[in-house]
Amino acid sequence: MPELTQSALSSKSGFGRLALLVFFLGPAVVIYAAFSVYPLIATMALASFTTDQAGAYHFAGIDNFILLLTDKDWRGPFWNALGNNVLFFIIHMLVQNPIGIAIAGLLSLPALKFRATYRTLIFMPTMLSVVIIGFAWNLILSPLWGVSEGFLKFFGLGSLFQPWLGLEGSALITIGLISVWQFVGIPLMLIYAALLNIPEELVDAARIDGLSHLRIFFHVKLPLIMPTIGLVSILTFVGNFNAFDLVYAIKGALAGPNFSTDLLGTFFYRTFFGNQLQLGSPTMGATVATAMFLIILMGVCVYLFLVQRRLERHSF
Amino acid sequence: MAGTWEKTKMKSMFYKAALAATALVATAVIAQAGNLKIESWRNDDADIWNSKIIPAFNKAHPDIKVEFAPTAPKEYNAALNARLAGGTAGDLITCRPFDASLELFNKGNLAGLNDLKGMANFSDVAKSAWTTDDGKTTFCLPMASVIHGFIYNKDALKKVGGTEPKTMEEFYALLEKIKKDGTYVPLVLGTADQWESATMGFQNIGPNYWKGEDGRNALIKGTQKLTDAPYVATFKELAKWGPYLGTGYQAQTYPDSQNLFSLGKAAIYAAGSWDISTFRTQGGFEMGAFKAPPPAGQSDCYISDHTDIGIGLNAASKNAADARVFLDWMSTSEFAEIFANSLPGFFPLSNAKITVKDDVAASFLSWRGQCKSTIRNSYQILSRGTPNLENELWNVSAQVINGKMSPEDATKQLQAGLAKWYAPQK
Repeated sequence: MPELTQSALSSKSGFGRLALLVFFLGPAVVIYAAFSVYPLIATMALASFTTDQAGAYHFAGIDNFILLLTDKDWRGPFWNALGNNVLFFIIHMLVQNPIGIAIAGLLSLPALKFRATYRTLIFMPTMLSVVIIGFAWNLILSPLWGVSEGFLKFFGLGSLFQPWLGLEGSALITIGLISVWQFVGIPLMLIYAALLNIPEELVDAARIDGLSHLRIFFHVKLPLIMPTIGLVSILTFVGNFNAFDLVYAIKGALAGPNFSTDLLGTFFYRTFFGNQLQLGSPTMGATVATAMFLIILMGVCVYLFLVQRRLERHSF
Repeated sequence: MAGTWEKTKMKSMFYKAALAATALVATAVIAQAGNLKIESWRNDDADIWNSKIIPAFNKAHPDIKVEFAPTAPKEYNAALNARLAGGTAGDLITCRPFDASLELFNKGNLAGLNDLKGMANFSDVAKSAWTTDDGKTTFCLPMASVIHGFIYNKDALKKVGGTEPKTMEEFYALLEKIKKDGTYVPLVLGTADQWESATMGFQNIGPNYWKGEDGRNALIKGTQKLTDAPYVATFKELAKWGPYLGTGYQAQTYPDSQNLFSLGKAAIYAAGSWDISTFRTQGGFEMGAFKAPPPAGQSDCYISDHTDIGIGLNAASKNAADARVFLDWMSTSEFAEIFANSLPGFFPLSNAKITVKDDVAASFLSWRGQCKSTIRNSYQILSRGTPNLENELWNVSAQVINGKMSPEDATKQLQAGLAKWYAPQK
């Protein structure tokens, strides 16, 4: 294929080559520019303005960012949301991805029956609407009519039951775990696909050398799927720092109790769209959105420059 | 063959074009014949508007067609703003109270209504939610208010031999009795959604402590602070509620609260009058209502009679004359009577004497005669800055009820937030 493209390009010259490039790349560039690049730049531009009482816009440079980072009433909620977001991400990295890898490892065992059924069942929550997830878990965990208290009592653990979603100390962790339950299918699928790509000969050779399934997984398969795990981690990072819907569905835009479940997404939503009597502020909202973008950009850069370059790739 | 096919295609295209043209002409004709469209977030009420209110209006004015076109409450503000900007908004616009509508008026989207004859039927308190800060221009016709109080299950009170409490002390004695009996959850309020704590808790019992309008105006003028005794006292009462609430009330949402009461599992519900219609359709037991009890020894009482819905005129309306006819009709006692009885729990704000048939709604309404009315103190002017007083109230009220914050700290946080941006409180 590359040779074909080369020859197609070299057979034409000057204008013809340009026309060919525009023909093939043009649509993608236009769509990407119109729906991704332009909104991003427009958001950043909006972040450099303020509005006055009459609703007129004035250029303010980086004043909004200074306000966001230095003013007590902006700084507090912003760092709180960022801290919560980091915790939310850590929960996913410590719980979602290891569970995803473990289940993928189990699913790729040769002797397993009903493989497709398990795969479908575990992937199912990912396809459900987040509103349904929020509603269902709200009911499951409800101290009034939830099944979780009865379930714990059945095992004699009834005294452990708490209104987890309503307590400051546990609300964010609970929502994090609900999110893990919902999205565990994605690392599972990606890693499962990577595991299937590993040639049988390698595994067979390891088995002939006398390795158990567990050791084959850790010493042969795991190193080979490291690039996929890296990809899953970065997807998790971007997804988590853009998360909003689950918290909004369960706790509303005010992310209670006492903002303990406030993520950057809900903080942005409140700032941009307002809440009850709070009128939204498009300029401060854009500022928060830009800050979120920069945070995610930094995270992705760290990954690209520090992690991905060190990952060894193997082609079979 | 090809030719015939071409002809059929041409024909069908012609028919389609003709059809479209006819449709266009038809809509244009309807639009000319005084077609009014009402924007609203009350999609729950669409049935009542279509089957009762609009037909009653058309009896007197058969030539004006009215269409009620609601949007879901959460999307209303955003959708309305978009339609106003695009010039496709309806002629009549249901007004949220205070700043959201004031902003629309300042932007020139709502017309001033000072010259509307029917405006004389409303008191100044009723108009306060839709009047400019200088008190000169009113831009929405007050439509309805909601009143706070407590709704109770009559069976539950009979079971423990309790009566409607007249003072806060009697209120706690009653809750204690119900708790000892153990059949019913004594008091229903959840703190998960936070607004319940502020609206059904703080704004419900508070007016008795800050003396209604006196306290509310003193806050706006800056002669009282949120750290003053009345506010600390209100939070001190809320701090006592925890033990009487349902198990796990920290995770109890508003629908949970409604269900807990309408399933007959609870005795007393910290209410807004809008809950009446929900309980009427779902609850199978006798209900009563009592107003927020004043502290012992206080003879005068205050209720939260909060202006909630108004209706205004789109400044860009092409049918402004007809719209004004409709607005005038909405200020009459005929409208008030239909509205109050179709939607028990929403009380018309006009001075017209009306009879409400629903007994619970009627007892809510009767408090207007016994006590002084006030509106929620965070709504006018005080929630304009950052931090937003209403949001703060949600947060601290929930924390006080959860036992996570002391009443003193709660008022300190509120005052510090308000002092930050509101000049009279600095």
